[in-house]
Parts: sequence; C-alpha cells; structure tokens
Amino acid sequence: MSLLRKEHSVLPGFGLSLGFTLAYLGLIVLVPLSAAFLKTAGMSWDEFVAAVASPRVMAAYRLSFFASLAAATVNACFGLIVAWVLVRYTFPGKRIVDALVDLPFALPTAVAGIALTAIYAKNGWLGQWLEPHGVKVAFTEIGVFVALTFVGLPFVVRTLQPVLEELEPEIEEASASLGANRWQTISRVLLPELFPALLTGFALSFARALGEYGSVVFISGNMPMRTEIVPLLIITKLEQYDYRGATAIAVVMLTASFALLLLINLLQKWSRRHHRV
Amino acid sequence: MSVHATNIRKTFGAFTALGGVDLNVPAGKLVALLGPSGSGKTTLLRIVAGLEQADPGSGPISFHGEDVTNVPAGKRKVGFVFQHYALFRHMTVFENIAFGLKVRPRRDRPPASDIADRVQKLLKLVQLEGLDARFPTQLSGGQRQRVALARALAVEPKVLLLDEPFGALDAKVRKDLRRWLRRFHEEIHLTTLFVTHDQEEALEIADEVVIMNQAKIEQVGTPQEVYDRPASPFVYQFLGNVNVLRAPALAPTVGAPALMRDGQLYVRPHDIGVAPYVPGFTGLIAEIRSIHAAGPQARLTVEQLPGRELIEVELSRAELVGLSLNLNDRVCLRLRQSHSFNDDYEI
Repeated sequence: MSLLRKEHSVLPGFGLSLGFTLAYLGLIVLVPLSAAFLKTAGMSWDEFVAAVASPRVMAAYRLSFFASLAAATVNACFGLIVAWVLVRYTFPGKRIVDALVDLPFALPTAVAGIALTAIYAKNGWLGQWLEPHGVKVAFTEIGVFVALTFVGLPFVVRTLQPVLEELEPEIEEASASLGANRWQTISRVLLPELFPALLTGFALSFARALGEYGSVVFISGNMPMRTEIVPLLIITKLEQYDYRGATAIAVVMLTASFALLLLINLLQKWSRRHHRV
Repeated sequence: MSVHATNIRKTFGAFTALGGVDLNVPAGKLVALLGPSGSGKTTLLRIVAGLEQADPGSGPISFHGEDVTNVPAGKRKVGFVFQHYALFRHMTVFENIAFGLKVRPRRDRPPASDIADRVQKLLKLVQLEGLDARFPTQLSGGQRQRVALARALAVEPKVLLLDEPFGALDAKVRKDLRRWLRRFHEEIHLTTLFVTHDQEEALEIADEVVIMNQAKIEQVGTPQEVYDRPASPFVYQFLGNVNVLRAPALAPTVGAPALMRDGQLYVRPHDIGVAPYVPGFTGLIAEIRSIHAAGPQARLTVEQLPGRELIEVELSRAELVGLSLNLNDRVCLRLRQSHSFNDDYEI
C-alpha cells in the first residue's frame, strides 16, 4: 500500500473550489485592501499617528462607531419585530410591507440622505414638530444615527425571516404547556433560538453603517468635531490630495471593523454551539 | 385522573375537524385515539391539552370532575409530547427536562438541588442516564422522543397526552418504544391519551381504543372488542384487511334474507377456510389466481366462480403445504366468521 495515497473526499472538487475561493477573495478583497496598507506603510510612525489620532479624526471615530452600534442595536430590536410580524401574521398589504423592507437596499443612498434631510430639517414634515420640543435631528449626531438605521434595517429583517419561518410553532406550545408564561417563552425559548441569526443581522447592519457615506453626508451637516463620520474624513483628505492621510485612516478603520466583526463571529459561533453534531 | 369531554366541536374555516364528539378517558388507563389522517384526532388531543380552543357551543372539558374548559394549557397539569418532539435546541437534555420546573413562579419553584435530583430520576426512568449534557441534535430519534417524554413528566402532570408518539421513528425503534411505553405505563399508571394512525400500535398497547373518522367517533372499546365486534364498516376496514363480498354472489351460498337487505358481507382474509374442491359442493367455489408464500402466513388470491370477485385468503404455511395447491385449481371456501352491518348478523 502506498503511503502517498491521497485521501479522497466524497464531495468532488474541493481543491479546485478552495483554490478559486482564495484567488477570488484575493483579487476582489485583499488586493485593494493591501494597497491601502502599502500606501500607509510609506509614512513614518509620527506622520501616521498625526494623521490618525488628531482630535478631529478621533471625534469622527467616536461618532462612526457609536452611531453605527446604536443604529445596529435599534435595527436588531425593531428588525426582529418587523420580521416576526411578516412571518407570523397575515394582513392585507403584507406583500407591500415585505417589499418596502428592501427599499433601503435599492435606493441610491444619496437619495435617501436628501429625503431624510428634507423630512427632518426645521421646516420638514417631521422636523417642524420635533424642533419646537428641542429635538434637532438634521445636522446633528441624531441625524447620523437616523440615516444609519435606515440603511441597516433590511439586513436584520432578511437574516431573521428564514430562521423565523423555520422555527416550529410547537416549541412555543411546548413551552406554554410546561407552564411558562408569554414572557418566559420569549426570553428563554424564542430569543435564544433566534440569537445567532439576530447577531448575524446585527453584524451586517453594523458593518454597513460603518461604511455608509452617501446618506449621512446630507443629513449630518459635516461639522468638524461634531458630525463628521470617518468615511467623510477620508474623502475630505482625498480632495486635499492627502492620499497617505486618507489611507492611514482607512487602515485604522479597517482594522477596527475587522476586529469587531471577528469578535461578533466568535460570539455567534459560541451561541450556535448546540448545532454541533 | 379521568378526562371527560362532551360535545366538542371545532371547525377551521369550512372544514369540520370535530363534529360534536364525546371523549371519556378513565383514570389510570392508556387510551388510543385511532383514525386516518384528517379524522380530527390530533385536534381533539390539542383541545384536551388546551393548545386549541373548541368552538363556542361545545360542551365542557373536565379533569376528574373539575371543569378545565377555560384553564390555559400551562395550568391544566397535562404533559404534552409533540409528534416532532419540539425540544428546545439551545438547551441541553438536562435543561430541557428542567424547563417546566424552572419557569415556575419563585414560591412554587423547587430549589435547584431538588430540580437536579428530579431530572436525574426522570433520566433514569426513560433510560437516558448520562446523556444530560447532550444537546438534542446529538441524540437519535428514539432518544429525543424519551427526552420529550421526560420533559413532559417533570411537571408531574395528571394526564399525559402524546401526539403520534412514534410517528417519526423507523419501524424497529417504533416497535421497541411502544412496548417500552406500555411497560412504562404499567409502572406509573398515569392517565394517558395518545394519538395514532397505526391500528397495530393502538391494538397492541392501549387499554381502550377510540376510533375516529371524519370528525366523528366511530367506536370506543377495548382492542379485542373493536376488533371482534366492529361497530361500522369503517372500523372493520380500518382495523385490518378485509374482503367485501356483494350479496348476489353469496345468495346461493347462504341464502339468508337478512344479508340481502344489507347487500355486503365483510370477511377477514384469515377467517376464510380453504378445502379441495368436491363436485356437488353448494357453497362458495373459487379458482386460485395467485399464491404468495413469503412471510409467516401464506396469502392466496382466489376468484369466486360465478361472481368473478377476487377474494384474499390467509392461511398458515402448513395448511398451504397440506392442500398442495396450484394456480387455477378449484377450491371450496368456507367463511368461518363474517360481518354484515345492517343488523349485525353473524354467520
């Protein structure tokens, strides 16, 4: 018997498809990203720190991360409710509501930004009611948060929907017949079952919000130190022909996002531990 | 604790699932709700459990004389085992079984150590010791079934309800598990109602069988009663193989005017005797059309001569050898037992 005999998997094409996957990811994702890293590598450490840690940039990181986290959190809560309603109940116009969920995907983000600004501005439909109560949305951090919530909603709804559809109503009945009240059924049975999918939706919505540019720049007003998001700063630097400064910020943003997404993925793996066979 | 339900009605849109049925489950008995799919048996079980509400105008449901019609499922003290088990996938076997105890309000909740003790006892009872840390996905179908049973028993129900408990299992496990359920019932004597579409299962393990068809109860009785004295042609056909002979074919044979009124005679294949043809025989005469000798019983298909009706006959292998039959041989048939439903006339 030969020691060189290759172990053959039952599924054919593993070598080919893995090779393709790596080549494709390399070409589409890694090459452009590494260009950013290479460009940045040309800077000295002091230059780098000056570019990525100036107070204005730090304020932008804070806004981008916190507004994105807040938007993803809100989307996780309300997206769950929207998905629940769409899966569990039938009502007139359900198809239309279902289609509406995808609108933030399809709408050019600039259109969304302009629309949101028009609505929340001082003389807009909602703004004229909110401003007298001291709630300013357009041209503030709240505006940024509103825009990021808008673009992230479909991610949560669309990841939860199939999982909810698969969830058997019997597990709720089992819980009820064992004496659990409605709240216990939701918190101990339904939410843990949905948690992995909810986390995926949250991560997607969060990642989308971090990278979002088009809709935010219109509603935020782009005031330095207050309502500038990181992608905007990058564009600003590019417009000033400061390519290195732009890529340096991009690198920091990339690394931080990657670390966060990795963390969410690990959390998700842990929450799905019962699926191991 | 006995279960009584009177005049239960349930409709889903235009479909009548239950058309006014009465159900009595005596205390401590194992009762089967038997019927084809769509006969309303699962709906009836779910109404008893409180998972479904009977239509307005239905009679009350009582457990041991106490009206529970408006008591929610979680407070009826019933253990319900679902057809596909409905185990909580994110919980271990231990957590699944302990669930019903852990969700109790604080004043009724046993201390954690008592819960752990009870779970261990239940695991022993359902023969799953040592599997408490597994997740449901790591168990076989039969094991999941028993976890579901243990989970239902943990809350110390007064009535145990099982929906097609063996429906999703393969034939071998099914047989083992249903015998196990019977022995188990003899140990704990909990009033148990289970739904099945498998007549063999119902006849083998139940103390009493409730046969349902098209939203109605056809017959209630012990397995032997319903098998030997079926109340309707449906019951007769549902409980086993049957030949339906039309009266004209039988007229010269039996000559009973009672039979003529009914028009049909029901005979089980194993209730037909076969003898070599003797010229001048005035009874049923038939020719052999096929012989299947595989299995514990031999099966013959014979064609009844003047009537040209095909009749299935079952006889022992030894009998078959003794008769030394060949295809197209002529034989005499004798009906040992048969039924007609006009006036329950028996030959």
